[in-house]
Amino acid sequence: MSDPILTLSGVQTDIAQYHILQGVDLTVPRGGVTMLLGRNGVGKTTTLRTIIGHWQARAGTITFDGQDITAMPTPARARAGIGFVPEDMGIFSDLTVEENMILAAASGPLDSARLDWIFSVFPPLKTFWRAAAGNLSGGQKQMLSIARAMAEDRALYLIDEPTKGLAPAIISTMAGALRDLKNQGASILLVEQNFSVAKALGDTVAVMEDGRINWTGQMAELANDAALQERLMGLSMEAH
Amino acid sequence: MLINILSGDKPRSVILTVLLLGILVALAFAPFLFPGVRSLETAARICIFIVLVASYDLLLGYGGIVSFAHTMFFGLGAYGVALASENMGRGWGSLAVGTVAGAVAAAVLALVIGLFSLRVRAIFFAMITLAVASAVAVLVSQLSGITGGEDGLNYSIPRELTPAFRLGEFLGVKINGKLLNYYLVFFASLALFLMLLRVVNSPFGRVLQAIRENDFRAEAIGYRVIYYRIAATCLSAAVAALAGSIFAIWLRYVGPDTTLSFEIMLDILLMVVIGGMGTMYGAVLGATIFVLAQNYLQNLMGAASEATTGLPLIPDLLNPDRWLLWLGVLFILSVYFFPTGIVGRLREGRRA
Repeated sequence: MSDPILTLSGVQTDIAQYHILQGVDLTVPRGGVTMLLGRNGVGKTTTLRTIIGHWQARAGTITFDGQDITAMPTPARARAGIGFVPEDMGIFSDLTVEENMILAAASGPLDSARLDWIFSVFPPLKTFWRAAAGNLSGGQKQMLSIARAMAEDRALYLIDEPTKGLAPAIISTMAGALRDLKNQGASILLVEQNFSVAKALGDTVAVMEDGRINWTGQMAELANDAALQERLMGLSMEAH
Repeated sequence: MLINILSGDKPRSVILTVLLLGILVALAFAPFLFPGVRSLETAARICIFIVLVASYDLLLGYGGIVSFAHTMFFGLGAYGVALASENMGRGWGSLAVGTVAGAVAAAVLALVIGLFSLRVRAIFFAMITLAVASAVAVLVSQLSGITGGEDGLNYSIPRELTPAFRLGEFLGVKINGKLLNYYLVFFASLALFLMLLRVVNSPFGRVLQAIRENDFRAEAIGYRVIYYRIAATCLSAAVAALAGSIFAIWLRYVGPDTTLSFEIMLDILLMVVIGGMGTMYGAVLGATIFVLAQNYLQNLMGAASEATTGLPLIPDLLNPDRWLLWLGVLFILSVYFFPTGIVGRLREGRRA
């Protein structure tokens, strides 16, 4: 098996006086989708934000593509190849869709073949190419948010709850786009509360509890064991 | 072609386009349309303040950075020309050296302030600029041997830019050095404004807008926020200094009150807010309305007061001495009715 793309060892993160991450050990393999699951408030978003550098780890190490990035500033992590999609539809609403995409290709001009692929998975972005991003619907904003991460080939994508609050039709578009990304060989660390999406996309799973990873394994294993789901997350995936 | 000159940044409102064209034509032909010393002074002031306000808009409207030192940079440019002309003697070389030295000094000072304060949080930049601007104003007043202190400096500029240089008459208007000086002010201001328009519509300007909206998101894409903020600060300071140099060439006098006072800083803030932040064109409207109000509101009120003689209370309210009160009322009304500035309101109207 090849080296993992990302490894977190004993990562602890504080936000103000709160100890949110209390020793996260996580391995994200190269290629495929690793699901980060768990109840609300267990530290999933903080884990992603610590990896991208929004929050600095107080202890532990983060190794990305063989390089220790624990003390690296956020822009350097992004330039090293980590794409980040925040949960709050992280777009620049004052800029147009086009400008958002041009900005996202930080290392050079936007590749036209890649743009055609993005348009094929998110057709509304082509329709509203010159429109202000702030005027898009919620689903379209989320499409743009993911499309921005896809604007360049990243070694790792961190995606935080891409289907949160979206209509079922948009969720299936979103899942289709992520599947497309996965089929291209991308490595994705995905936080997702929609279990049917998680089950359809996930290859490996890490489940969090109280700021730590308390279970890791294959998605198929978790998906087929209702008792395990109940024990780890307090609910059965089949119920969703 | 025209869109290219405007860097693709169209006014996006018919009324705004008409207003901008009207202001451009009025300023371009001001000596012929509005003959007289006072109107030419007003037109030149409008040109210079458009550049000064636009350079502040780059910082505040596009970069989201609040600075209270913009007049200090303006003053550096003005004093650069004054000191060079005073020490090197009358000549084009003095103007060039003073202008370049003022702009470089402003950019370097902005770099130092930015490195000290912008690394932490943008709000500290505002506090530091306030302190540095106050210190520089006090220094200029105290170092009277160099700066002329509170009295300021009078100096000579090349004869070709003074009224003594006469070329004849055209359409009943005397063509002299003062007119040439006005066109130097007009074209230099136009060039600087178009340059700023190019900057805000460049990839650099887009990143600045992204940082203003959410600096973490911009960092997560890979942009080093601190570099962009410092670059914007230095560029804005250098352009403010160039506006100051043009002002000094036009006035042939610099003093703390005309270039460094905190009142001018407040005026700039009001002009940006009234015109519309983050629009560039707002600087044109804001500066024009404000400078016109400063210069002509008193006259207008005097005429209105005379016209209403015989009516109770109204002539007293419209007494020219109360012009500042009415200026204040106008600003409150404009902020109330145009919270996104005049340009923002006009563009919203188009969307609706």
